[in-house]
Amino acid sequence: MLDKINVTPARNASNRYDWDELVQEDRVHRLIYTDPAIFEAEMTQIFGAVWVYVGHESQIARNDDFITTRLGLRPIILLRDSQGVIRALFNRCTHRGTTLCRKDKGSARTFTCPYHGWSYLNSGKLRAVPWPDGYACDFKDAKYNVAQVPRVESYRGFIFGTLNLDAPPLLDYLGGIAKPIDEWLDRQPKGRIAVCEANRLKFKGNWKLAYDNSGDGYHVVFSHRSLLEMENRQADVANKGMSYYKSSPDTSPMYMAYMGNGHHFKDKRPAIEKRAGGLWAVEGPAPGTEHYQEELRRRYGGKADDILDLASSEPVNINVFPNFSLLGNHIQVFEPVSVDETNVTWYGTAVVDEDGALGGAVDTINTLRMRTMEQFPNFGEVDDLANFEEIQRGLACLEDEWIYMHRGLGIPDRVKTDANGVIMAPATDEAFMREYIKEWKRLMKAKPNIAVKREP
Amino acid sequence: MTAQAAHDPSMSSYYVTDAFYRALVEQFSDWQRDELAIADPAERDRFRMLIEREARLLDQLAFDEWLAMYAPECIYWVPASPEAGDPRREVAISFDDRRRMEDRIFRLRTGYAWSQAPKSRTVRMVSNVEVFAAAGEGVRMVRSNFLISEFRPDGVRFLSGFNGHRFVADRGRWLIAVRQVNLIDCDQNLRNPSIVI
Repeated sequence: MLDKINVTPARNASNRYDWDELVQEDRVHRLIYTDPAIFEAEMTQIFGAVWVYVGHESQIARNDDFITTRLGLRPIILLRDSQGVIRALFNRCTHRGTTLCRKDKGSARTFTCPYHGWSYLNSGKLRAVPWPDGYACDFKDAKYNVAQVPRVESYRGFIFGTLNLDAPPLLDYLGGIAKPIDEWLDRQPKGRIAVCEANRLKFKGNWKLAYDNSGDGYHVVFSHRSLLEMENRQADVANKGMSYYKSSPDTSPMYMAYMGNGHHFKDKRPAIEKRAGGLWAVEGPAPGTEHYQEELRRRYGGKADDILDLASSEPVNINVFPNFSLLGNHIQVFEPVSVDETNVTWYGTAVVDEDGALGGAVDTINTLRMRTMEQFPNFGEVDDLANFEEIQRGLACLEDEWIYMHRGLGIPDRVKTDANGVIMAPATDEAFMREYIKEWKRLMKAKPNIAVKREP
Repeated sequence: MTAQAAHDPSMSSYYVTDAFYRALVEQFSDWQRDELAIADPAERDRFRMLIEREARLLDQLAFDEWLAMYAPECIYWVPASPEAGDPRREVAISFDDRRRMEDRIFRLRTGYAWSQAPKSRTVRMVSNVEVFAAAGEGVRMVRSNFLISEFRPDGVRFLSGFNGHRFVADRGRWLIAVRQVNLIDCDQNLRNPSIVI
């Protein structure tokens, strides 16, 4: 059963603004980062209307497993029900609105509301109500079953949901960005990963500041100067980490590709020597680096380089609008909290090797990979987040209205569109920002067909 | 002689091995046991003073002196889950060996660590110091609670939790081999965790 949505507060904000005035070719208005009404509208127009990342299948590996997460601000129980169906239930009792589940993760066949004891199967179906004789209604009516996200689809383990009945299938929505996702997965044995713990950060700023930055190759040597100096402090040749940004990155073989629907891909692989061990050679020092490198070389000889590359940061930024990035070995998720607060969670990923393709090296390489993954959130991301917060603070200057994103705009032959409509630019251009914000504008004007589903 | 003994742990990392991780996880799994508690006031005082000194050095950003309180082969470990987890299979908030601890300090001193520009001002309270015996004569496990008040230009916030220190005796001194920092909100999204906690 689908619920008709009676009241959509977002519609009011959608009509209040001249979106073409707020989002121009070369600049955007400060209000899109600061106005609570625009933020509220985004929770429906963006986080209700497009495919939003909600979790990874490895987090709910077995039937009855669940995690709690959010879709925009909506609390969600993402689960694999007793029949194996992946569902995203609203974490909300149909009776009085209480959240049903307060744990981060676990396994449960049923959820019982702590407030009045209504209980539900993990399909969302109402199971029992205490003292039903006190009710005249028929509890078999589907309206008493838990509301759930009407469309939930996975792409190679990554689970997305949307409330928009008119959204294209997930694969169509991903479009061209599916290829870099494939490549990111396929460097692992059998193309698989498992999500492990996370570096969980937040900043006092609008969520789009994080998405603006996700493909930004211009900020690296400035915002991350302390990291670059740190990871090269002992190197004979200062080429560790993101050093490839240092000499004229505008003309580097790195590139940015805008793939449509707000997605973009920054590919830094061309800046790295393409050979087994090429990634490992530029990986910054981590706890255990020298020991494990020697041990793997001793045990695996020439194959060790390929294995070590799995502990190395994959030099890509794969950004799926609005809240999902693959970068290095992380799954980064942007979670809006309020107009000026955002969670940025860096989920670690582990290599899975059930077939033994790595000849028993999987535990060793994961141990090393955990340590390499901790580096950027500790020594890089904190500085970006500080800068995002300072943008939000700067935007308190009401009369200085505009934020520019015009790097590369208007320079002949610099930004190119290929036969598939992919827009290509140097990694240091802001072309992707201009393109995704155009898509944002289109969505803010649109009339998405929002609904929730209930079990019949 | 360990493999690391031939190497400077500030320059390379040979001591973080499978055996090292195994021992670490074991050492921090079941140590806060009443029957291992050491009641002797002098002994408790000795470790309380070391922990207070460490807190002061961090408040004063006296990082060289702070690093000197640690054994050459040491770990600064801030788990990302309340059960601490297994660092071989999970990322931690931080899991630094000696070199990465020095990296951390190096970065803070570059002048370009924007998350610490300006630098946080902190005062740390430490209390509830309990000392526990551990396998081996020259080893003590110490639990203490902490409350860090951290001032940044937009206000004061508090970080709290407990520290698990593993001290080892070394030529008449006690050095910190491991410090496990257990934040009470370690599994939540943290704003600007860029100080040494």
